[in-house]
Amino acid sequence: MAPNSSRRLRSPTTEAPFARYALMTAAFLFLALFLLLPLAAVFIEAFRKGPGEFFASMNDPDTLAAIRLTLLVAVIAVPLNLVFGMAAAWAIAKFEFKGKAFLTTLIDLPFSVSPVISGLVYVLLFGAGSVLGPWLKSHGIEVLFAVPGIVLATVFVTFPFVARELIPLMQEQGTGDEEAALSLGASGWQTFWYVTLPNIKWGLLYGVLLCNARAMGEFGAVSVVSGHIRGLTNTMPLHVEILYNEYNFVAAFAVASLLAALALVTLVVKTVLELHYGAEIAAGRKH
Amino acid sequence: MTTSAAASVRWRVRQPSVIPGFGLTLGFSLAYLTLIILIPLAGLVWRSASLSGAEFLAILTDERTINALEVSFGTAFIAALVNVVFGVIVAWVIVRYEFPGRRIVDAVVDLPFALPTAVAGIALAALYAPNGWVGQVLNVFGIKAAFNPTGIVIALVFIGLPFVVRTVQPIMEEIDREVEEAAATLGANRFQTVYRVLLPGLSPAILTGFALAFARGVGEYGSVIFIAGNIPYVSEIAPLLIVIRLEEFNYGAATAIATIMLSMSFAMLLVINLIQAWSRRRYGHGA
Amino acid sequence: MDVRVSNIRKEFDRYPALNDVSLDIRSGELIALLGPSGSGKTTLLRLIAGLEQPTLGKIFFGNEDASHRTVQERHVGFVFQHYALFRHMTVADNIAFGLTVRPRGERPPKTEIRRRVSDLLDMVQLSGLEKRYPNQLSGGQRQRVALARAMAIEPKVLLLDEPFGALDAKVRKELRRWLREFHDRTGHTTVFVTHDQEEALELADRVVVMSQGQIEQVGSSDDVYDRPNSPFVFSFIGDSASLPVTVADNAVRFQDEPIGIAPKANDIQSGSGTLFFRPQDVTLVTDPATPALEGRVATSRRLAGTRIADLDISRQGESHHVEIEIPLDAQAATGTIIRFKPTRWKLFAE
Repeated sequence: MAPNSSRRLRSPTTEAPFARYALMTAAFLFLALFLLLPLAAVFIEAFRKGPGEFFASMNDPDTLAAIRLTLLVAVIAVPLNLVFGMAAAWAIAKFEFKGKAFLTTLIDLPFSVSPVISGLVYVLLFGAGSVLGPWLKSHGIEVLFAVPGIVLATVFVTFPFVARELIPLMQEQGTGDEEAALSLGASGWQTFWYVTLPNIKWGLLYGVLLCNARAMGEFGAVSVVSGHIRGLTNTMPLHVEILYNEYNFVAAFAVASLLAALALVTLVVKTVLELHYGAEIAAGRKH
Repeated sequence: MTTSAAASVRWRVRQPSVIPGFGLTLGFSLAYLTLIILIPLAGLVWRSASLSGAEFLAILTDERTINALEVSFGTAFIAALVNVVFGVIVAWVIVRYEFPGRRIVDAVVDLPFALPTAVAGIALAALYAPNGWVGQVLNVFGIKAAFNPTGIVIALVFIGLPFVVRTVQPIMEEIDREVEEAAATLGANRFQTVYRVLLPGLSPAILTGFALAFARGVGEYGSVIFIAGNIPYVSEIAPLLIVIRLEEFNYGAATAIATIMLSMSFAMLLVINLIQAWSRRRYGHGA
Repeated sequence: MDVRVSNIRKEFDRYPALNDVSLDIRSGELIALLGPSGSGKTTLLRLIAGLEQPTLGKIFFGNEDASHRTVQERHVGFVFQHYALFRHMTVADNIAFGLTVRPRGERPPKTEIRRRVSDLLDMVQLSGLEKRYPNQLSGGQRQRVALARAMAIEPKVLLLDEPFGALDAKVRKELRRWLREFHDRTGHTTVFVTHDQEEALELADRVVVMSQGQIEQVGSSDDVYDRPNSPFVFSFIGDSASLPVTVADNAVRFQDEPIGIAPKANDIQSGSGTLFFRPQDVTLVTDPATPALEGRVATSRRLAGTRIADLDISRQGESHHVEIEIPLDAQAATGTIIRFKPTRWKLFAE
């Protein structure tokens, strides 16, 4: 008995093989040309003159200062937005109140604002022509073209990440678990700590990860408020720009490769999280 | 008695709940939101309102401003179109086809979300410059793909791709196979099924993805400025013009351009929400 | 149009979903494929439609071998379990779809399409809803749109997969009757899949009982209910009790004791088997000398005009329970001893 093979019929829900291969080729070529090649270029350019040159450019005091500043900014901005994200998600997901939809839209606002404008608003607020700037300056506090301005701009652009991840997730989980814990005599903090937090931990990690990637990599907003003072107000992305514009390509790509490595780590952790805890973070997966 | 109870329900800001922490979390969220987002944005609006109508008009009718806005909106529009075509193909390949490394391809799509824009910018510039790997090849065919508007489109294609893929992908995953089979039993060939049944069902998601990629492209700065060439009147984008005006301490002009861009992106946001509401009402699913 | 399924085998990942299935469907017949989930009934329906390809075997439409025709070429009307309506198209566009995708030469003109759609809407009693979207219809209405859409291509065969599965009980009853009338009016060869035996027995001219990828029995409602040909059909259709028995000395015995019935001529005359009977096909035995089955009432319950007793007939430690119908006036308190014997029964050899 030979199987029916005189005319192979394909499943009615798929394309003919040639169409399938054409689509796959188009997709892969496109991704290679626009995504993979640039990524590869970063590392290749960074090591173009060998590892010696790569590490030498890393050892530059200005580069080290940029790395330190970037870490400092992330260490301040991410926890701030983490606390905000949890507070906002708690209020929005666990309660019904008027203006909730409006509040949710407001939280997304920074996503639809150009990074340059995000920086601009702080220049207008603290700059020379403003009310606040000169007053703060007379009290010895520099905001613009100093670390506080960079932190503020970074907080602005990374503002929605944690909240956005947590709100749909916590809405999906509802309030049943918390009500049960409260009825068993747990206090509000205990309920949050022992019931809510374990339920959202993976989604929270996911949000923090994306928030951190953006905080360390933000360019436009930070560029506007930083003043580009080497060794003082230069973050890594800004330092990349300066080195690149000085035609110091190896050094520029060396610093860039650190940021690209951070992006890769972010993607890997993100993929692993989705693979293992897909259901627990799925509610927030739509960007 | 009953009427006053009903009245008090109607006037209550939030529904009663046993869960604690509403005041604390909402209060903190609102305070933080006001401080970080609302006051700075209000500052921008206040500043632009303090410009006289004539001043405002003069800035906006300045040829360089008009050209910059045209470049930003034009290139963002073209890039979003490219992303609609390839984004839908990439999403289809990821959702429908089995091939080794599918998970990796899926993860790679998020690269533009994770890779700092400045890194993407210098990498794309290095690749597509006339002496770069891809630029050399294109040069043979007489195509210049960097330091002109084409370069801007390339950078915006990079930035916008995940917006289309991640908006369309979940809707594609929900496509009911029975619907495709139904079309086949009714005599539709594969092309008719895709073109007349599947694509119309995806169109709200495709439109939303287009709008998101477009809005992001209009405001994009970091990845563009390295590859754009930044020639005034030709390849100078609006966010860059804002930065230039700021460096000239021409805060009025910067504010006016920012205000126009901001109103446009809010209009886009509104359009996206309308598409989704319309789609939900008519087809019973969002985008 | 006759449909003939000939020695079909279908494997999914080497696991046979259908194994050597043959079936003749006569023109104009209304046939039910009945079986538990996993019995292969939906696979058989999809094979007839061309949505799946058989691993082995052939399918004939009339005298023509249709095995190698694509689903588009087979021209069958298929109604999906969840209707699979195109949700971005209006009711009218849904129904017209099969006509509008025809090649330009065979496509009827627009006015003709509109007329056909309106006729079909009349037929399924949905006139006036042509501008609605599927989302705005009730479950029963969607069902009928799906049917009208399938009928629009003037199919030779109508195939329905669990047509009433997603509806609530009341609508289901109404639509069942309506489908029967519809079939009698249009006279299409119709095959539907169901796991609901009541639906199959009430609606179909013939019922195909399936189990584990094979056809157990094909016959009228009376055939499969009154003359089940296998232990599976007996236990799957209607209520039944079964007992492990032996046959010796021209008597059927339960745990070596005769139970008052003798094997029929074509039954086994010795050895072991399984005895099947329906709860209502028993008679109570009052004479203690007459051989009979004997049991203690474990529970009893009133069911409309009768009473059902759950009898514990265990002897020698092995636990056996049967349910039988007893007269309303019979003693049925828990613990009461009841003696009975089946009046209609069937004996299957091991």
